[in-house]
Amino acid sequence: MSLAEGTKPRHVPDRLTGRSQRVLRSWELLLFAVAVGIFVANSLASPYFLNPWNLSDATFNFTERAMIGFAMALLIISGEIDLSVAGIIALASTAMGWALQFDVGTAGLIAIALAVGLACGAFNGALVTRFGLPSIVVTIGTMSLFRGISYIILGDQAFNGYPEGIAFLGRGYAFWVVSVQLVLFAVFAVVFGVLLHKTNFGRQIYTIGNNPTAARFSGVRVERVKFILFLLTGVMAAVAAICLTGRLGSTRPSIAYAWELEVVTMVVLGGVSILGGAGSILGVVIAALVMGLVTFGLGLLNVPGIVMSIFIGALLIGVIAIPRLIALVRLRRRA
Amino acid sequence: MQQNTQSAAVEPVSERDPVLRLSGISKSFPGVKALSDVELALYPGQVTALVGENGAGKSTLVKILTGIYQPDGGEIVIDGSPTRFPTANDAAEAGVTAIHQETVLFDELSVAENIFLGHAPRGRFGLVDWPRMNREASEILKRIGARIDPKVVLRELGIANKHLVAIARALSIEARVVVMDEPTASLSQTEIEELYDLVERLKGEGKAILFISHKFDEVFRIADRYTVFRDGEMVDAGLISETSENALVEKMVGRSVDTIFPQRQSQPGEEVLRVEGYAHPTEFADISFSLRRGEILGFYGLVGAGRSEFMQALFGVTRPSGGSVQIEGRAAEIRSPADAIHQGIVYVPEDRGRQGAITAMPIFQNVTLPSLGRTSKRGFVRMAEEFKLAREYTQRLELRAAALDQPVGELSGGNQQKVVIAKWLATKPKVIILDEPTKGIDVGSKAAVHEFMAELAREGLSVIMVSSEIPEILGMSDRVVVMREGRMVGEYPKDDLSPEALVRAAAGYGEEAA
Repeated sequence: MSLAEGTKPRHVPDRLTGRSQRVLRSWELLLFAVAVGIFVANSLASPYFLNPWNLSDATFNFTERAMIGFAMALLIISGEIDLSVAGIIALASTAMGWALQFDVGTAGLIAIALAVGLACGAFNGALVTRFGLPSIVVTIGTMSLFRGISYIILGDQAFNGYPEGIAFLGRGYAFWVVSVQLVLFAVFAVVFGVLLHKTNFGRQIYTIGNNPTAARFSGVRVERVKFILFLLTGVMAAVAAICLTGRLGSTRPSIAYAWELEVVTMVVLGGVSILGGAGSILGVVIAALVMGLVTFGLGLLNVPGIVMSIFIGALLIGVIAIPRLIALVRLRRRA
Repeated sequence: MQQNTQSAAVEPVSERDPVLRLSGISKSFPGVKALSDVELALYPGQVTALVGENGAGKSTLVKILTGIYQPDGGEIVIDGSPTRFPTANDAAEAGVTAIHQETVLFDELSVAENIFLGHAPRGRFGLVDWPRMNREASEILKRIGARIDPKVVLRELGIANKHLVAIARALSIEARVVVMDEPTASLSQTEIEELYDLVERLKGEGKAILFISHKFDEVFRIADRYTVFRDGEMVDAGLISETSENALVEKMVGRSVDTIFPQRQSQPGEEVLRVEGYAHPTEFADISFSLRRGEILGFYGLVGAGRSEFMQALFGVTRPSGGSVQIEGRAAEIRSPADAIHQGIVYVPEDRGRQGAITAMPIFQNVTLPSLGRTSKRGFVRMAEEFKLAREYTQRLELRAAALDQPVGELSGGNQQKVVIAKWLATKPKVIILDEPTKGIDVGSKAAVHEFMAELAREGLSVIMVSSEIPEILGMSDRVVVMREGRMVGEYPKDDLSPEALVRAAAGYGEEAA
């Protein structure tokens, strides 16, 4: 405040702080340090960790979730959320399995999954933007709805017998130890990173998340942007459904159960503000790596799944609490 | 406490000792002096009317009286001894209570709970004594002539009854001083009559009442004394019986109009905007006017007259229920702010923090937001172009900031306003609507905004200025539209403007403009 009052008019520089300073203070750097720490700890704890094939295997722990996470990050930055993503996976995968009988081929199956994702996203988006309903309520509802349809169709049965092409997407390798999924993960990271950070659309997402009223008053078509984000999230859930179905080779209605919380955890861990308005794709990428490394490392040590969830939960709270604690300590010291 | 003075017969207006006296009260906010060296005395069994324009410092005074703000200087004296109200509770304990314009009540609680919230009668183990609370609540309600069941949930009451509950709440704390902040603003005529009866009854009980109102008929009907505020100063006080409406209006408005405003020779050009029969289901009806190139059109009215609501409909934020807009002779359909901006109409809202600026985001991104189409290439942002555009327009407005990537929230109110204006000028609009453009900003920035407004008009931009400040309206406008209760009640060319006429038209006093 006093800074603003004291400076002379006319001579306003473009930027206040240098680029290096901003990087040093960033959340992403802190998270990256955590990732490196976990990597080192893992390599000390288990002799199998540094094997490239093992490490490559580990990436399957996060690639599908992270693909949804990118779209979810945009949605959360805009101030909305989609908790039905795992339900969309179930429904899209079920649709693929159901379509197997018509022999539509790999491309046909992919198209069907994407169409289901798009339709689910449109349904969520319409309920939120047309009727002004809170997205957390809408998508808790559609979460059960989408998976429920899948249960009705499948019961205790399973679809299997997916073509080679789908399996390749799910568990194939592009070259050496680099899986097709890892390549998709990298491509989507870049696409969403560019979309959020380098386009007008991305800028509008931030303005909506920070202040939807002022964004609207500035000519941003808030409802349209939000609707598109729901569509994108639905489509990315469908992409994840294709990969996961290919990897598992079968569809059961319980597929990807409770993934929505893991995806949201990843996004929040990546520094995206759950209140909207702030966050980056880089943060989500690093958070995906952190979660993948933790899950994999603990798996190598034969730690049971429930303990892993405890660890991830503690990590989330810890990483979020640290900056607050630092701020608090600084305040105390000043007082 | 003080039972005997309260029950003493009400003497005619006399020189009795005041219950409460404020002397030399001052209060400043960053960049604004809200009150300076204000005096006020409230006498038992008398109604003192406080009148003044919007922004004269009335609300600040109420907040000081009720312990919400602390004065920077001066004294609050109760029964002859100086005191302080560090919290709202201290004010309540000293017997000062306020009934606000918009009552602060809880919809989901019962009437009795609302009345006794924070000081409910306690029984054994410190638990709330419900039967006693309901009994006492119904006694108070009866005393003020309200037929309301204390057990009913507040949500089920209408606005007038809610008001009565607020009054009952005020009385439940043995108040000796009752502040009523525009209590009739949301009431119908019969409800207003009931309120007058109530005020008479409170007078009879020996309460000292501070009655804040814009409406002169009201003031002359129920007040015994008056105090006039202008620009945070007390300019006059006395007995109602010794003054007149005209005298009060003159005191309220003051006489410093032509000195501080830029001199301009306006030569309005061809018609840019024509609005016909604009209407809204609840907020306004039948608004028609035209605006010419280079003209400044003032919109005057009391708070709640529907001016902002109309402007927001014109800007596409809300949908009108009827009417048409023509821009440069062509019919235009405006269904969203994006449409309005496209048509060349932009709006600088009164509520800067919520509607105007995105305070958490950098200055340059705020400025370029509606112009992203021009600074980008195929949808991709180009930072260098953004900085260029932001630099150009913020320089023109002489923005004071540390850097263009500083968040807008870190700037002073006046500079935030400049960012919002820069944002709109960068879109090269035809019509700019400024809603209370100088509200809450310091005097220096005010003059700069006025100067700039004049310059824009000179360059051919058409300006609509909504203002509740008479000097600003008189000093800047080529023409003034006055609105009252959602309708246009008059249109005055520059030469016919007088502060008295505006105030009368806006308050509905005299009715000559209807």
